[in-house]
Amino acid sequence: MGNKTALYQAHVDMGAKVVDFGGWDMPLHYGSQMEEHNTVRNAAGMFDVSHMTVVDVTGADAKEYLRYLLANDVAKLQEKGKALYSGMLNEDGGVKDDLIVYLMTDPGVTSEWFRVVVNCATRKKDLDWMAEQKAKFDDVALTEQPELAMVAVQGPKALELAKVAVNESRAKLIDSLSVFQGVESEGWFIARTGYTGEDGLEVMVPEDEVAAFWQALADAGVEPCGLGARDTLRLEAGMNLYGNEMDESINPLQANMAWTIAWEPETRDFIGRSALEAAKQAGIEQKLVGLVLEGRGVLRAHQKVIIDGVGEGEITSGSFSPTLGHSVAMARVPAATGDSADVEMRGKRVPVKVGRPVFVRNGKKVFS
Amino acid sequence: MSNNPSDLKYVASHEWIRVEGDGTVTVGVTDHAQELLGDVVFVELPEVGTELANGDDAGVVESVKAASDIYAPLSGEVVAVNEELEDAPETVNSDPYGDGWFFKLKLTDESELDSLLDADAYSEHCESES
Repeated sequence: MGNKTALYQAHVDMGAKVVDFGGWDMPLHYGSQMEEHNTVRNAAGMFDVSHMTVVDVTGADAKEYLRYLLANDVAKLQEKGKALYSGMLNEDGGVKDDLIVYLMTDPGVTSEWFRVVVNCATRKKDLDWMAEQKAKFDDVALTEQPELAMVAVQGPKALELAKVAVNESRAKLIDSLSVFQGVESEGWFIARTGYTGEDGLEVMVPEDEVAAFWQALADAGVEPCGLGARDTLRLEAGMNLYGNEMDESINPLQANMAWTIAWEPETRDFIGRSALEAAKQAGIEQKLVGLVLEGRGVLRAHQKVIIDGVGEGEITSGSFSPTLGHSVAMARVPAATGDSADVEMRGKRVPVKVGRPVFVRNGKKVFS
Repeated sequence: MSNNPSDLKYVASHEWIRVEGDGTVTVGVTDHAQELLGDVVFVELPEVGTELANGDDAGVVESVKAASDIYAPLSGEVVAVNEELEDAPETVNSDPYGDGWFFKLKLTDESELDSLLDADAYSEHCESES
């Protein structure tokens, strides 16, 4: 028996098939993963993501601490509620975890603080690492918020239906949000973020209020979706999954995360910076790409990718794409790989197209 | 628990067999199997005319979640395959014991039928696996 979120009983009541996920009993699907996937692309679905770890970073040195801890630069956050995606690296430049950090106050105020959301499977090592690194700063406090549940409402109708499920003042706040921005509301935190490639919200709610919110969303017409659909949605959107696309042995340059490294200002020292600079200088030998198989068959993680005359790589995530009707994958391959490759599938070499690792955004195909 | 029709026979690898009484059998995968697989997206079937021995690979079912081999539950020649599954693989999920059938075999050795499981024995087998 694993940990249970405050929505566990709601999942069971809605017919979820429950599986273990990083020590949590979580819904895989409520009948059909494909239908749930399509619901998010065409209307609105909701996911229980309460297993994710929320850590508040406060204190006079909170900002300088995060500027040292993360490869991306929280100084870029220049508006209250704005969010930043970043890798948290080790000294070798490998990815300890990927996370989202929100600026919770106006920028630069003395009470400035941040909220960080990290993965559940890496919770313990992340918290240990974050605690260890704060020793270099005088005034940083880390406060985990385990009593906050989290629901992601995603899809083209997500905002419209979520507004029906909340009170009038929160509905107004939802209207006020720009993309990648969050806002506090009487113990809630409502953010316009997600992991599906669609518009939507991630809403942090006190555990004792979340069942009512979930039910209100269901009454408004939002369909419950499991972790199965969450995975195919993020894969189509070309979003990395920690443990698949990157881990402590992979640096962001090898994981299509170069855009999350803030090299400027040069004076900012962050953990992993010197290792990344050396790696960049030496030349990055691998890259993360997208694979498309338009014929029959399904690409799967760990299948071998063969690029004639160049070398070999490996699929990091692969699945059938419900939106496109064929299989897509992300793969780490030699940097010299061109626009085609073969994948070894069940003993046979199958030709695939190679391109950027993004396939669907806002319901539309985005590769040619 | 899955509701397995009592007029069918089963094997432990989760195929069902309907004995047609004319020396042929129809083969598919069980409700339990389709539930484990999740949404089926491709089905690869043997070619008509193929001679299969009991336990041979006879095809592949690919779901969103995983690829799974289909085994010949008996020895025989493939005399028909369900071509509808090429365009509508989801039929394996929606009607595993009916329109979701896979292929038909003309048996080489009808005595092999004696080793098949009945519905109760198969249900017990599923429970022992879970």
